[in-house]
Amino acid sequence: MLGSIKGLKVTLVTMMRKPVTAQYPIPSKRLDIEKRFMGFPALLWDDSNNEPYCTGCMVCVRECPTQCMSATMTDNDKFTEEKSTRKKIIDSFEINLSRCIVCGICVDVCNFDAIEMSHEHELSKFQRNANRANLESLLEMGKTFQEKIGWKPVQIKNIGDPVLRSKLQAEAKEKLKKLNSTDAKVDTKPEDLSK
Amino acid sequence: MEINKNVNESGSMVDMLINMGPQHPSTHGVFRLVLQLDGELIVDAEPHIGYLHRGSEKLCEAESYSQVVTLFDRLDYVANLNGELAFCMAAEKLLELEIPDRAWYIRTILCELNRIASHMLFYGVYGLDAGAMTPVLYGFRERERIQSLFEQVTGARMMHNYIRIGGVKEDLPSGFENKLYSVIDELDAAIEECDELLTQNEAFLARTKNVSRLPIEDAVNFGVTGPILRSTGLIEDVRISEPYGIYDRFDFGIPIGNTGDCWDRYYVRMQEMRESLSIIKQAMKQIEPGEIQAKMRRIVRPPEGECFVRTESPRGDLGVFLVSDGSQNPYRVKVRAPSFANLQAIKHMLEGVYVADAVVILGSLDIVLGEVDR
Repeated sequence: MLGSIKGLKVTLVTMMRKPVTAQYPIPSKRLDIEKRFMGFPALLWDDSNNEPYCTGCMVCVRECPTQCMSATMTDNDKFTEEKSTRKKIIDSFEINLSRCIVCGICVDVCNFDAIEMSHEHELSKFQRNANRANLESLLEMGKTFQEKIGWKPVQIKNIGDPVLRSKLQAEAKEKLKKLNSTDAKVDTKPEDLSK
Repeated sequence: MEINKNVNESGSMVDMLINMGPQHPSTHGVFRLVLQLDGELIVDAEPHIGYLHRGSEKLCEAESYSQVVTLFDRLDYVANLNGELAFCMAAEKLLELEIPDRAWYIRTILCELNRIASHMLFYGVYGLDAGAMTPVLYGFRERERIQSLFEQVTGARMMHNYIRIGGVKEDLPSGFENKLYSVIDELDAAIEECDELLTQNEAFLARTKNVSRLPIEDAVNFGVTGPILRSTGLIEDVRISEPYGIYDRFDFGIPIGNTGDCWDRYYVRMQEMRESLSIIKQAMKQIEPGEIQAKMRRIVRPPEGECFVRTESPRGDLGVFLVSDGSQNPYRVKVRAPSFANLQAIKHMLEGVYVADAVVILGSLDIVLGEVDR
């Protein structure tokens, strides 16, 4: 009998509490999304050169565990006009968001800061194929994401300010030199392509 | 001559066959149980598995090592990080990597939090199995706190892909410590509250006390591990018997039961949550800044060989047997899933009990079908 009364006491105490349930579909009552939250991948826009960061190198396409991406690259016209440092640029890019498992591997392997997990996470659409995001919509997703969290490039070569960039590049070179001289050369062995 | 009571004069069976599942609400997934009943007593039970079979072990052979971690997320989908840890430890053992201390502390803190989250889910649905609707709301509220914390650290609530071969993906975010301490305080209070709500409730005791007692010998013979084995009174925990990672640096107890009945299985898990909290508190005191990733090549390619690692997942002894042929993909991955091994005992447990207890007994095993079928 005592056990039940104790349980009833807990119930009565809980009755006085504020509810913890968030009314999801109402925009004003949604829970905040954490900064690190991984939504679907999006392509980022390089404001300083006015072009996407992505060069279409296909690393993310190869490393994706579900093969949900496809990409093609093309020659960059801005490079021939010497307005950009990117020789090649992304031509078309498609991610089937219905297939994406939001693992973040594409972001890890990207060498150009080009892809990032956005905060986009709502998938409901009226057409069956509507979740196949093309380059345009991926860049759109990326732009909203960049604006929302105030995104800054992680890699030194993508930093807009040339003074800061050259300074950091020199630092990184020095660090690499030190690492190569002291440590066993872990990362310099060429890959055996015959396998 | 012995008369077969299960057959009538014309030779047909008098027992009733009841099909529980695969869409039964209390089977914890797509699990089918065929019960043979003599009146109200269960004569025989046969579990049918495989409804959630995704061929994860075979899929591992076609994926690179870093991609395999995403598959291990989806084995035990209630305690994802513990699954990731098991595979990463296996790969690291083959690579002979030294993992930085900070990475181990982060892993330990998150895995113990995940253990609490998993046991909280058990607490909720076990109340539901026993006929109480309220505990599931309490259990999920606490699980939600832990999942929001995971969202801050790993970026995902369930499928994290956070523990990587050689360390972890990212360092803890700023302000994590304060948030963790507030969650610990809340959990401390919540475990007491949950305990008061259900543990000594008379109706709950009547449903679970002395139901399906499992002797130590039977438990060992069936290969049962985890809280179910400990509830029989045997002190067996991989964290103590074969400490991996940094578990030898913590001082924590292993809760055991006396009789191995359903209530003991439930109560061992409740106590384990308290012990996990104490591990997290100790780890937060000991953690120091430092590296979070071991120095290694970007493409994981372990040398030829094989290894077996054991970890203590919330459900028991989770083992990974990994064979490498020196290429980018594993040659063979075998998972020793605790849920699968624990499920072997169900036939033995169900024989001779009332049909009303079947759900309570199945619930006390706390199986996750993603892990059983793989």
